[in-house]
Amino acid sequence: MNAEQILSQFSATGVQTCFHGRHIEPQIYAGLNGRNWSLKDYEARGGYQALRKILGQDGSAPHPETGVVGFTQDQVIATLKDSALRGRGGAGFPTGLKWSFMPRQFPGQKYLVCNSDEGEPGTCKDRDILLYNPHIVIEGMAIAAFAMGISVGYNYIHGEIFEAYERFEAALEEARAAGLLGNHIMGSHFSFQLHAFHGFGAYICGEETALLESLEGKKGQPRFKPPFPASFGLYGKPTTINNTETFAAVPWIIRNGGQAYLECGKPNNGGTKIFSVSGDVEMPGNYEIPMGTPFSKLLELAGGVRKGRQLKAVIPGGSSSPVLPASIMMNCTMDYDSIAKAGSMLGSGAVIVMDDSRCMVESLKRLSYFYMHESCGQCTPCREGTGWLWRLVDRIERGHGKPADMALLDNVAENIMGRTICALGDAAAMPVRAMIKHFRPEFEHYIEHKTRMAPTANV
Amino acid sequence: MISEIKAVGTAVLPESTLARFAREVAKYPADQAQSAVMACLAIVQQEQGHVSMEAEKAIAEYLGMAPIAVHEVTTFYNMYNQRPVGKFKLNVCTNLPCQLRDGNKALAHLEHKLGITMGDTTADGLFTLQQSECLGACADSPVMLVNDRHMCSFMSNDKLDQLIDGLRSTQGQ
Repeated sequence: MNAEQILSQFSATGVQTCFHGRHIEPQIYAGLNGRNWSLKDYEARGGYQALRKILGQDGSAPHPETGVVGFTQDQVIATLKDSALRGRGGAGFPTGLKWSFMPRQFPGQKYLVCNSDEGEPGTCKDRDILLYNPHIVIEGMAIAAFAMGISVGYNYIHGEIFEAYERFEAALEEARAAGLLGNHIMGSHFSFQLHAFHGFGAYICGEETALLESLEGKKGQPRFKPPFPASFGLYGKPTTINNTETFAAVPWIIRNGGQAYLECGKPNNGGTKIFSVSGDVEMPGNYEIPMGTPFSKLLELAGGVRKGRQLKAVIPGGSSSPVLPASIMMNCTMDYDSIAKAGSMLGSGAVIVMDDSRCMVESLKRLSYFYMHESCGQCTPCREGTGWLWRLVDRIERGHGKPADMALLDNVAENIMGRTICALGDAAAMPVRAMIKHFRPEFEHYIEHKTRMAPTANV
Repeated sequence: MISEIKAVGTAVLPESTLARFAREVAKYPADQAQSAVMACLAIVQQEQGHVSMEAEKAIAEYLGMAPIAVHEVTTFYNMYNQRPVGKFKLNVCTNLPCQLRDGNKALAHLEHKLGITMGDTTADGLFTLQQSECLGACADSPVMLVNDRHMCSFMSNDKLDQLIDGLRSTQGQ
């Protein structure tokens, strides 16, 4: 065997993470098996019907009053607004509203960008979409492009998941050959060119303006906002950026209507959401479930806490979201509003589970190292502050902490929050503040006794 | 054959490489060739093992950029090798979700098996071992990325042994 063949034996198959049959009413992951990612399989699942529908190519009669065949741009955006679809990348901004910000009559070039730079620790949902259902993203992007009058798009894919980039490129080739991308799609007046771009290892490029800089061939350092990408985006042109899963939700919404999507979830939190469950569970993986599903149900789908241990804490929305103790988490439902009310964020939907054997000082130390490593260095509070936070937690963990370090940690975190161009500074500070808020005795114990608190003592 | 090689800047890049560059440049507006710089650097790294200053200059000339602008990109992104690495670069994720599922143990196991510490290359030049940040495969932990393009999932110690032994066995062929 050559090296390629050997390496391929260790590739993910998706069986554990995606084709486990433990989703609830899935839309994006429905019917996938790892072998049916191609165009003909996607079409057999009803793929590209939504694009046909809006372009008036599905055989339906013209609108009785307007005479329009297919959808108008306003109809697509209104449908998205009805659906209550909110951005799946982390911020949860209403998608229909974001699309309505795009200046549709702008005379020059406009761009559509998909953010597949999935680097938020805990998150691997977009990887499985791109690997096993890439055409759903292409169709969603084409519909978005139609709604906003955009003719060129890029999908920025996390460099570490290179196989997903290659798969997406292959899907693009299929779509172009079938006339589903390119000039005059399905013989209509709508043209849309879509290309794939890969990153090469920079967490910060998941931030939308850093992503744009990177896409322009530069260091990925975030831009000041305003101006927002809708007015000054890629190459200085109006640009709309959405997450992979957001685009992937769009075809179902167009086929079934905004109201039907909303009813899948709960008010203000439409549809299904994919949660990447990692850490101390029996069956880590991606789980697509309706918004508003109890956390306890999601934990059950993932096989419960590993080795029969007790749940200690959960980071519910990727490493940047504040940690929540088990007692709070078990009363949450998995949707933007419930998690926000509990004091954290649904974020990217990356649920990092920690059992009662875990030391929070050790956990925070690893997260703080990550933010120090990935700070782009542009803003002083983040560049200096993330390193300071890590050195403090590292010092405590090595048994050299001082009682005053608790206040200092809080003070440094406080002085990063809201004082940087992008959210990475906040993302570094929030885990620190939440860990101290909910698990202060563990840190104090570590400082006083120079070793961790006995497991389970603080549950 | 000399006819297949085109001199660009201070380096020579084969026509096949330039053809790959051209496919990337074609994705962007005519005045935005710089957008292809990350892909061009990744192509050079795949073909040559690392990104040399000469390669940066060649790419700069090809894309109409200042060499320093290319160098800024090489040095900003984690995955570009700024110096030669082993034939197989092993990046093991140890970020929190992986730390909770033996990512650090996988790294320690490889250090022991290869007889090197992270950051180093084996004396035979076969393996470079690195700790890495989130690879985006958290549910597959322990995970390791090999040569930037091959994600290896659920890497128990047994599977790590199989992988290393298997890659070593390819070398006599």
